[in-house]
Amino acid sequence: MFARIAAVLALGVGLMWSAQANAQDTIKIGLIMAYSGPFADTANQMQAGIDLYMQQHGDEVAGKKIEIIKKDTGGPKADEAKRLAQELIVRDGVDILAGFTLTPEALGAAAVADQAKKFMVVMNAATSIITEKSPYIVRTSMTIPQLNTAFGKWAYEKGGVKQAYTLVADYAPGVDASTAFAKGFTDAGGTIVGADKSPMGPPDFSAFVQRIKDASPEAVFVFIPGGAQPPALGKALAERGLTPPNTQIFAQGELTFPEAIKSMGDTAKGIITTFNYTMERDDPINNAFVKAYRDANKGRSPDIYSVGGYDGMHLIYEALKKTGGSTDAAALVKASEGMSWESPRGKMVIDPETRDVIQTVYIRKVEEVDGQLQNVVIDEIPDVKDPLHGAK
Amino acid sequence: MLNARTAADPHAWLRRQARWSPWEVVFWLATIIPFYFFPTYLTLASQVAVTALFAISVDLVLGYAGIITLGHAMFFGLGAYFAGLLTKTGWGEPLSGLVLAGLFAALIGFLVSFIIVRVQHLALLMITLGLGLLTAELANSLGWLTGGTDGLQGVDVWPIFSRFEFDLWGYTAYAYALIVLFIGVVASQRIVHSSFGLSLRGVRENLTRMPAIGSPYRRHLQIAYTISAGLAGIAGAVLTQTTETVSLDSLSFQRSADVVVMLILGGTGRLYGAILGAAIFMIARDQLSGMNPQYWYFWIGVLLMVVVLVVPNGILGGLSRLVRGRGT
Amino acid sequence: MIGNLAIVLFDGLAFGMLLFVLSVGLSVTLGLMNFVNLAHGAFAMLGGYATVVATRELGLPFLWSLPVAFIVAALVSVAFERTLFRRLYRAGELNQVLFTIGLVFVAAASAAYVFGTAQQPIELPEFLRGVTEFAGFRFGSYRIFLIVVALVITGLLVLGLEYTRFGAQVRAAVDNQRAAQGLGIDVDSVFAMTFALGSGLAGLGGALAIEMVGLDPSFGFHYLVYMMIVVSVGGLGSIAGSFVAASLLGVADVAGKYFVPELGAFMIYLVMVVILFMRPQGLIGKR
Repeated sequence: MFARIAAVLALGVGLMWSAQANAQDTIKIGLIMAYSGPFADTANQMQAGIDLYMQQHGDEVAGKKIEIIKKDTGGPKADEAKRLAQELIVRDGVDILAGFTLTPEALGAAAVADQAKKFMVVMNAATSIITEKSPYIVRTSMTIPQLNTAFGKWAYEKGGVKQAYTLVADYAPGVDASTAFAKGFTDAGGTIVGADKSPMGPPDFSAFVQRIKDASPEAVFVFIPGGAQPPALGKALAERGLTPPNTQIFAQGELTFPEAIKSMGDTAKGIITTFNYTMERDDPINNAFVKAYRDANKGRSPDIYSVGGYDGMHLIYEALKKTGGSTDAAALVKASEGMSWESPRGKMVIDPETRDVIQTVYIRKVEEVDGQLQNVVIDEIPDVKDPLHGAK
Repeated sequence: MLNARTAADPHAWLRRQARWSPWEVVFWLATIIPFYFFPTYLTLASQVAVTALFAISVDLVLGYAGIITLGHAMFFGLGAYFAGLLTKTGWGEPLSGLVLAGLFAALIGFLVSFIIVRVQHLALLMITLGLGLLTAELANSLGWLTGGTDGLQGVDVWPIFSRFEFDLWGYTAYAYALIVLFIGVVASQRIVHSSFGLSLRGVRENLTRMPAIGSPYRRHLQIAYTISAGLAGIAGAVLTQTTETVSLDSLSFQRSADVVVMLILGGTGRLYGAILGAAIFMIARDQLSGMNPQYWYFWIGVLLMVVVLVVPNGILGGLSRLVRGRGT
Repeated sequence: MIGNLAIVLFDGLAFGMLLFVLSVGLSVTLGLMNFVNLAHGAFAMLGGYATVVATRELGLPFLWSLPVAFIVAALVSVAFERTLFRRLYRAGELNQVLFTIGLVFVAAASAAYVFGTAQQPIELPEFLRGVTEFAGFRFGSYRIFLIVVALVITGLLVLGLEYTRFGAQVRAAVDNQRAAQGLGIDVDSVFAMTFALGSGLAGLGGALAIEMVGLDPSFGFHYLVYMMIVVSVGGLGSIAGSFVAASLLGVADVAGKYFVPELGAFMIYLVMVVILFMRPQGLIGKR
């Protein structure tokens, strides 16, 4: 009994604090990401996207000042993310939870957002189920099935291959990616001739690449996280002579991040990847974004994480404008549903039914342009939704 | 140190060792402070309590029995997953879940102990580490059961005594974790201040002499390891129940390494060193990462290095020397 | 099939040599000096960044950047050894663990601050890129290079430690400090030089590893486990042991992934646990 009274009292105090924060006309956004640890680079790129948006659009919306509070989870730790979300709400009195570079972070915080009725914007974490965990969650990145199911279909219909081998990193996103690609590919009529999962340890792919060579498929589909793995895999494939045009290489865009292409050199030529954002795509909004981003980040180029953060802030700003500065979660969700805008990635819409992004899926190929290897958009699949929501 | 009378009556000596000191009473009273003065830190406090219990479980084997382990997250994670999976079968009652998770981890610990007692030194360290990593890989590859890297979904813990729900502020979570920690400390104290505990210390100090004086040291080590595994499993289960999340991170090498770092930081072989180390490490991490989420671990590193240079027996070791130094 | 087996063996050996160049320095500091140096990975990372700076900012060719990596890591480590580590030689394993882990934290944060969190690609000379064809097989040129370098390092170390005056001094100083001192050996500077050698080798390993496994601020933590596996399986104090262990682990890992991919993630740990259970002192260890 005592504990319950104390809890009620404390909750009252907490609500007063948040009310006070509102009275002072500031809106606090709590960012939960893995700023340190092996996934720190993702968080840093996303933070740079967020910072750029705020630098361009000011830190005032609907007459209120935006304040950012950053919290570090250190990695894919659901319990840590949940604690940080709780603390952000009860201690710092934040109005909106945002960020989430990794799926376990988003899943850990989702219950808190739901319980405390806070608006939560997922700017990267790409597992389909996240937005189903609470009606207050909106996502501005993408889902792995969204990209790879469409990509699998494309690979059969336009990529000119009838059979493929899949090699993915052995963790949940990798499993999702191989399932999604296989679904799109086989539904269109293709066959998967083999499927392997490579452990997340040191990036030595030689054994798997040899297995692929033994099966001599027309094409290979790979999914691996960014970082040290893409160049290692690219080089291993090239060492075994598994390069386009003899063997088509399909992958989600991590494989051809700028650093990876640089490290792979000419062996990267002809690799076909899918992503929801392409830095090299020639478009006035995108060009301005890339230039501003590079100016602000010592020449570093933006990637999907940067865009996820940039668009996430755009969503928060526009939703706040619609609600007139109210941070009521239901109102913000309502304001977000169906919202559509021209982002550096192209047209994007928040699906009013699933609160997930409807967007263009780009198919890109590594080609040499003015002596530089880069991802050139060769096809676009417009208005793609996540295929898993509501499927069950 | 021992005078003639205590040497004549070892049981009285043990009892005196086990007696509560005023410091301990003050310490346990202090743990109630967060409820009243730092209510916004209760979730952190609950995780400190969980980690402290985990550190105590490691202290039992590392500090008292001399088994250097870098894989104890194995038992922490097994307890965490067991508690989480149990709720998915439809039984979400926390107290029974806690006991069952502890028993499960202890059972695995007992099986593993047959390997552990046959090796020493670096091989022992590396085998604990290897078994921990193998367990983590196993959990990853059993994605259908554990949810893989996404973490276990659908963990649903009932309110304690069907009354106290795990609230947003962490009142219930901290109270629950604190009580479990208290029971864990009392139980551990009884163990280390028993004749069994003394024989463990004997193994730590001189492995070859123990069999010579007729002490079945392997059996003793196995028992200690099993108890320690169970305690670690209970700590993991408390984390699952208070957060309703379980992720692969609970089994990770990093968690195994962090807890050893905390234990050495606080001081090994003194139980309260484990609690102090966990508290200092986690509070420092929380405060530093709040100030600078990108580079906070620089200062954690500096803290660890300074502690080694200034108080080589860990913080509690240094404190107790200070107190004793004044006393004489 | 025979051809595939040859390729798998070759790739496994090359992967093993990567593990070897990363861990041979630890075999010196931990194995010979009995200093639990968990900061070994941090010195490897330092060597890696030294190579990145040398090739990218100073325009040195890759091969010349390798000695730079060795020297930078060795010099920095001597500075640490003289000021800090030497106080810990007799402070017990646990203090050494805590101190060197602290150093890894500091190193990782410093690297993230100075170089950012992105991967650092390096550009190799033409002859180390691509493949070399031999008897109808395609061998990765860099893998061949790595195997050659590992053989050279092993040869030099074994010769140097077994047959030179310095080697004899090191072995004497490590076995019995007081007796060595009594014989007029300057134990202090022998320890400093041995430590520099170990850390320099770490730096060299870090530089050589970039092409295979990349480089970012988490490097120091990431490969620590593998380094310790190689040294413990090889046996403390044995360079040849580390070499054999690294080869065995590399081949087991690659062959495991090739023949039983479901067990790929488990293989290296399984092999370690089984070997250490059967031979706790390691394959060629004496202690």
